[in-house]
Amino acid sequence: MKGLRRRMAWGTAGLLAMIVFTPAAGQVKTIQIKGSDTMVNLGQAWAEVFNKRHPNVNIAVTGGGSGTGITALLNGSCDIAESSRLLEAKEIEKAKAKGIVPTEFKVALDGIAVVVHPKNPLGKLTIDQLREIFMGNITDWKTLGGPKKAIVILSREFNSGTHIFFKEHVIRRGNPKGPEEFSPAALLMPSSQAIADEVANNENAIGYYGMGYISARQKVVAVAVEAKSPYVIPALESVRANTYPISRPLYLYTNGKPQGVIKDFVDFAFSPEGQDIVRKMDFVPIK
Amino acid sequence: MRLRTLKEFVIEKLVFLSGIASIVFVALIFIFLLKEGISVFREIAPGAFLGGKFWYPVSDPPKLGILPLILGSLLVTAGAIVLAVPLGIAAAFYIAEVAPRRLRDILKSIIEILAAIPSVVLGFIGMITLVPYIKNIFGLPTGLTAAAGSIMLAFMALPTIISISEDAINAVPREYKEGALALGATHWQTLYRVIIHGALPGIIAAAMLGIGRVFGETMAVMMVTGNAAVIPKSLLRPVRTLTATIAAEMGEAVRGSSHYSALFAIGIVLFLISFAINVTADAFLNRGKRK
Repeated sequence: MKGLRRRMAWGTAGLLAMIVFTPAAGQVKTIQIKGSDTMVNLGQAWAEVFNKRHPNVNIAVTGGGSGTGITALLNGSCDIAESSRLLEAKEIEKAKAKGIVPTEFKVALDGIAVVVHPKNPLGKLTIDQLREIFMGNITDWKTLGGPKKAIVILSREFNSGTHIFFKEHVIRRGNPKGPEEFSPAALLMPSSQAIADEVANNENAIGYYGMGYISARQKVVAVAVEAKSPYVIPALESVRANTYPISRPLYLYTNGKPQGVIKDFVDFAFSPEGQDIVRKMDFVPIK
Repeated sequence: MRLRTLKEFVIEKLVFLSGIASIVFVALIFIFLLKEGISVFREIAPGAFLGGKFWYPVSDPPKLGILPLILGSLLVTAGAIVLAVPLGIAAAFYIAEVAPRRLRDILKSIIEILAAIPSVVLGFIGMITLVPYIKNIFGLPTGLTAAAGSIMLAFMALPTIISISEDAINAVPREYKEGALALGATHWQTLYRVIIHGALPGIIAAAMLGIGRVFGETMAVMMVTGNAAVIPKSLLRPVRTLTATIAAEMGEAVRGSSHYSALFAIGIVLFLISFAINVTADAFLNRGKRK
């Protein structure tokens, strides 16, 4: 009994010693990553794998929006800003005033495909038509030259970055603060896979998802900015060439040329493994 | 001898603590819900929250009306109950009074298996088989409807309704049945004139507990009802339930935002409704016992 107690006491002391001395011995470095909510999960996924390779680096990834991330970078309160847009003129001025040199890395692309059932005769739509469909103003395929059947709108849940992107870029035509909303009758599906399944089974459905989900079970709709402009199918090339209208580049920003572990992290994001993670998170890899 | 009283004292207290624990947990859960959910009413009046017709929680400014969600939950539950209660009660009568002994044992164990199927599995089966079926039969634009949810939930409520109703029927004193038969009533007359009256409070309690089960169910409903936050006009339209809303949105709601506290406030609404259902069921169960 006594021996056991003594052994426990030593064990506890040892544990305490480990807790107290480990940080000093291992020299833990921290990377603060902040910004776009769309990219939070991507950043998190990178961080997890990167951490296995560099166990002494502590990475904190937080969201809040691209603007939040850029502001934090300009204030020096984060090391890497994730952003789904370029710097605005105002931000560039502010950076100059503060002596900060935002360095841009286009690290991935985000393209959203609009899909219908393979038997749906419709093959192309303009952004305005999409907007009218998803707002519930066009309710029948006949209006668009299809069969006389009610349109079933499929959307992602409110928490999805894809939902927000589609709302801002299609429904609100690029004005994120606009008053327009998805039709309340839109079915909110729990995952992109659920949208893929329902579109594959339902000839009345129209839905959208990240390009990673495109398969032969759905028909991808070509999208044009206006009726006169060219209709473009979302594909790696068209998203990379920025001709597909519902797409955007995703950026990492650092202050000046990245150094040390921050450079390691940015390099990792561009490595084949990092780009593979991009694909797994349903974005388009840049390389 | 003293050691024995001490031992009994300790055991008694431990049992008391275990008994009290569940009350404490319920109280803590309710306090937590209140604490997290109440702040939504600083931004939106309770009337506008409960009666608002639009649910756009992540817009700026957010629209936090949960009327479509409440109606969605009620509609799906009502549909499930209309299906499950008559079927469940009839099945309970068959098992308790009509079925031969061997068949009765088999039926009871099969019903237990039905109760053990995880709801996500039922939801998945419903999504693959039931949803396309409903779409084709009724010629609907989509099969993801309240009706699909009701049917799946009816399956889930059946085991509860059957086993509790069956207990209630078995609890009817034998003398009633023997008296009725001795007076020359047929088996069927005994069943629906005598036994059903004796078992009624228990059967109502069974139905109420079934309703509680259905109302709180999340996963299967989320998979088959389409989750569109519109005020439902019929069972053949998509609906969004209270439970599915919490499950779908809680993962990414920003802590402390009005969306976050609105989801907790939905939790309060759910809690109150389930509480009311259970209290009613309890009242009926107790009335049955007193007789």
